Amino acid sequence: MSFSVTEPSNSQKWIAGILVIGYALITILPLIWIIATGFKSPSDAIAYPPKVIFEPTLEGYVNLFTTRTRVTDETLAALGPPTTWYDAIVRQYDMIIAGPSRYGERFLNSVIIGFGSTFLSVFLGTIAAYAFSRFRVPLKDDLLFFILSTRMMPPIAVAIPIFLMFRQLGLNDTHLGMIMLYTAVNLSLSVWLLKGFIDEIPVEYEEAALIDGYTRFQAFYKVVLPQAATGIASTAIFCLIFAWNEYAFAVLLTSGTAQTAPPFIPTIIGVGGQDWPAVAAGATLFLVPVMVFTILLRKHLLRGITFGAVRK
Amino acid sequence: MATPVKPIRRAKGLSDRAIAWVFVAPSIFLLLAVNIFPLIWTINLSFTDFKANRNRDVEYIGLRNYERILTDSDTWLTMQATAHFLFWTIFFQVLIGFALAFLINKKFRGNDLWTTIIVLPMMLSPAVVGNFWTFLYQPQIGLFNYMVTFFTGGDPSSFSMIGEVALAPWAIVIVDTWMWTPFVMLICLAGLRSIPGSIYEAAECDRASKWRQFWTITIPMVLPFLMLAVLFRGIENFKMFDLVVQLTGGGPGSTTEVTSINLKREAFEKWRTGYASAYAVILFVTVFGLASIYVKALNKVKDR
Repeated sequence: MSFSVTEPSNSQKWIAGILVIGYALITILPLIWIIATGFKSPSDAIAYPPKVIFEPTLEGYVNLFTTRTRVTDETLAALGPPTTWYDAIVRQYDMIIAGPSRYGERFLNSVIIGFGSTFLSVFLGTIAAYAFSRFRVPLKDDLLFFILSTRMMPPIAVAIPIFLMFRQLGLNDTHLGMIMLYTAVNLSLSVWLLKGFIDEIPVEYEEAALIDGYTRFQAFYKVVLPQAATGIASTAIFCLIFAWNEYAFAVLLTSGTAQTAPPFIPTIIGVGGQDWPAVAAGATLFLVPVMVFTILLRKHLLRGITFGAVRK
Repeated sequence: MATPVKPIRRAKGLSDRAIAWVFVAPSIFLLLAVNIFPLIWTINLSFTDFKANRNRDVEYIGLRNYERILTDSDTWLTMQATAHFLFWTIFFQVLIGFALAFLINKKFRGNDLWTTIIVLPMMLSPAVVGNFWTFLYQPQIGLFNYMVTFFTGGDPSSFSMIGEVALAPWAIVIVDTWMWTPFVMLICLAGLRSIPGSIYEAAECDRASKWRQFWTITIPMVLPFLMLAVLFRGIENFKMFDLVVQLTGGGPGSTTEVTSINLKREAFEKWRTGYASAYAVILFVTVFGLASIYVKALNKVKDR
């Protein structure tokens, strides 16, 4: 091993390690607590002092997806055989049903709007980034700055006219309207990130392809696209995470059919207040995909969250 | 940056110029439709007494909305709450974020794993995070409240982070710091890793103390990165909405009523559309102005 004065000593590493691990444990504690609460019974969830050891139950998850309303023991006994799997579980374990939940629907809306807008913004972003990277576009710098500046506006500030505009066009509370909106919001990120990725692909590849008799389009999708695949994939995940997490537009512009999960989860009400195990279960299910993506994205994280302004 | 390809020969199909237009136009069009058009509409509405929930003739009232907002003492209280919130979140995030980056840069074993764990909160949905932190903040049953009262010996049923006027703003600062410290940390880490080791070796030869190396090498080299992080956090926190809505909804009273919450109330609860539009324009101009001044300063630091 070569000696360097900048190499930290062993004791420094130990102290640094302990401090960082300490902070990481404090950071992760609220998350672990929420995941655990999802598996508690309502009485365990609000026990005092907070219960660390408890008997796990799936009640929260069942309440989250059930579409049946709360019934008394007598009506339960008078009912016919259970018709759905969760109904069977509920009756077998004698669980309390919080009320009809539309979490499944909301989750599906998040998926539709998230993936729809991601696909569109990555598609539009890729071709625009390619043009910005390779061609002389008039007013290129101004256009790029304009695209970036659209991210500075508080969502609430443009929400009023968008609300009015959508009302005129019949787009209020529709999947299409939300997809269009999130596509526009994500375009800035998508164009800037992808331009960075495409800039890194040597122009010589395309020149060679053009000499071989490819058209521009062929050179674009046969040479550039495969080279940019990783960049496109990570851009897509960042767009998806944004659309997945967005709340302000969702809460102002959707109310029923197209409502996504973030405005819905806080409204899960049980008997006498929020049904915390169901809320926790809903939050857990909702957060898991993002946690997985975060782990996959480690390498591109910095670029994605700063629009490529800082590179590792 | 890549240089544009010179036309090697007349390519088949569309000319390069045409392709450039075809490729860029849809994005520009969409942004004009969903961003610029609404913005112009907002500016237009800001001079009217329009109410979106009522069907009557719109009257242009000139600068009256602006005048009313700027002379309203509530506006300044909201601005104060926002400034307070901005200052303390950025203060803590820079402090802790930089310290963490500095420690992680010591390259101890397994630091990748712990870094990933620290980064997690930043990727989550602020609305959902805000919602489950209200659970942690609940008097008596909440984990956070339990811990605080356990260590301070307070009464767990009467202590409430989000219900008390003096504590509610700090409840938001805590959650925001928890969520966004990793962002500052990541950027600082990139800054630290961009410093070539040879500079420290040269300093070592000059017998500069560790402390001096830190202040004359590490800090100036990381500063541009740190300032960029502050810019991003500043813009985002000025727009902050989700977290505050879920945690306190602006209360108790109006102690945590930041500008976005106030704007939402005017626009979608009181339906004073014209008034709210003027408010939105003022906010946008403020963010844009402050950000422009800041970027100028940032460029100066970078060029040094």
